[in-house]
Amino acid sequence: MNAITVRNLTKRYAHTLAVEDISFTLPRGRVLGLLGGNGAGKTTTIAMLLGLLVPTTGSITMLGHNMARDRFAALARMNFSSPYIALPGRLSVVENLTVYGHLYNVPGLKHRIAELARQFDLTGLLKRQAGDLSAGQKTRVALAKAFINKPDLLLLDEPTASLDPHTGDFVRTTLEQYRAQSNAAILLASHNMAEVERLCDEVLMMKSGRIVDRGTPGELIARYGRDDLEQVFLDIARGTAA
Amino acid sequence: MSQALRRIWGMLYRHLAMYRRSWPRVLEIVYWPTLELLVWGFTANYFMHASAGPPALTGGALIAGVLLWEVMLRAQIGVALSFLEEIWSRNLGHLFVSPLRPAELLAALFGISLLRTVVGLLPATIIAYLLYHFNILHLGPVLLLFFANLLVMGFWVALGIVSLLFRYGAGAEALAWTVAFGITPFACVFYPVTVLPGWLQPLARALPAEHVFQGMRAALLHHVADWPQLSWAVGLNILWMLLALIAFGREFRLARIRGALIAIGE
Repeated sequence: MNAITVRNLTKRYAHTLAVEDISFTLPRGRVLGLLGGNGAGKTTTIAMLLGLLVPTTGSITMLGHNMARDRFAALARMNFSSPYIALPGRLSVVENLTVYGHLYNVPGLKHRIAELARQFDLTGLLKRQAGDLSAGQKTRVALAKAFINKPDLLLLDEPTASLDPHTGDFVRTTLEQYRAQSNAAILLASHNMAEVERLCDEVLMMKSGRIVDRGTPGELIARYGRDDLEQVFLDIARGTAA
Repeated sequence: MSQALRRIWGMLYRHLAMYRRSWPRVLEIVYWPTLELLVWGFTANYFMHASAGPPALTGGALIAGVLLWEVMLRAQIGVALSFLEEIWSRNLGHLFVSPLRPAELLAALFGISLLRTVVGLLPATIIAYLLYHFNILHLGPVLLLFFANLLVMGFWVALGIVSLLFRYGAGAEALAWTVAFGITPFACVFYPVTVLPGWLQPLARALPAEHVFQGMRAALLHHVADWPQLSWAVGLNILWMLLALIAFGREFRLARIRGALIAIGE
């Protein structure tokens, strides 16, 4: 069963074609990377997957639910994290997690928060105001929020942006473990090519709103005759592919 | 607890937790109603001693008007400000990708606004009794109807503002503080509608507040419940609330088409 099925998705603003006729699927238990330079259409695509943005044409099915008709049933089983969307800074970490635990109807919420605090090393930070935390601590809190409902589908926008190498590795390991334990699907937008190579089963390369190439990281590297995914990314972004 | 109620409680908890940590926000809730009451209470006191008219008309009507109009102002600001808090904290993106329905968000905003209104008006009501010997409870059970009508009016005015926030983003936030004050001259809080120029009177009569304050003066001066005026207030509130909900639904849908939910804080 697919966690995400996207068919012929297009988003047109008044004078801009942000996403043009893209189709892809993400099976359960797999990790899909969404790569592209700034303005490639990644954010628009993720916004449509989350129901924040209505597509101009095309269809999105998330966890078996059509997002045009039944998005709340899907949203209850998904979660999302982005360093560009904050949690209320005046609330403590435990208050933030409590709010989202209620919104996602999490059973045994106190126990779940304690579990997440141990998993993300937040136990000592639970009473601290979210706005007073460092970038790395905020990212860990945002990830704890993203895991609070044990989602079947995770959408992560640059989950390790502005993290030190140790914390970044901790996050990547956590994602690998969660995928292995829960068979959850993960859609990952990232500019960290080493991270994408490590985590993703398949990669979609986007440019100017279109999917210009796709494959496993190994397939893409071989196809472009390069040593790593970063060089492939640069070839596609600069239009210098052979 | 049903899932919908639990989500509404989650949002109420979010705001209650914020107020628990922020005394300036709590102070803001009680500050304006108390200040308004003090200014108008002393003015009413002056009129009561200077005027030859019945004291209830000159003094009581002014103080009751201030207290009841604050219900509308606080209800409106409570909803709009609570929504703006989500924009300022850049939290809307998380909320709108959670299972929280827009109707549940509105229910939570109305709930927190009701709490803010009650908490904000309590000190002013006590001060009115202690300083000016005016007990608003003497209006009787009909006071509940005045309160409910003005509360609902505050809610639909705020819904209009939230709709504009969806359309114009945080740049329209000044409306949260200004729109309701702009309505005040036409709400006939301190004077009957006949004081207004003829061409303005239909506008005033289209507002539930005009009928509520007619009813309030009838209760104060003649100790009667003016049911026709109250019926007008209820009917108009239903009509305006329906229009506001339609506007909210339309602007929310358009915001999802335009991509405004992604950049609403900018």
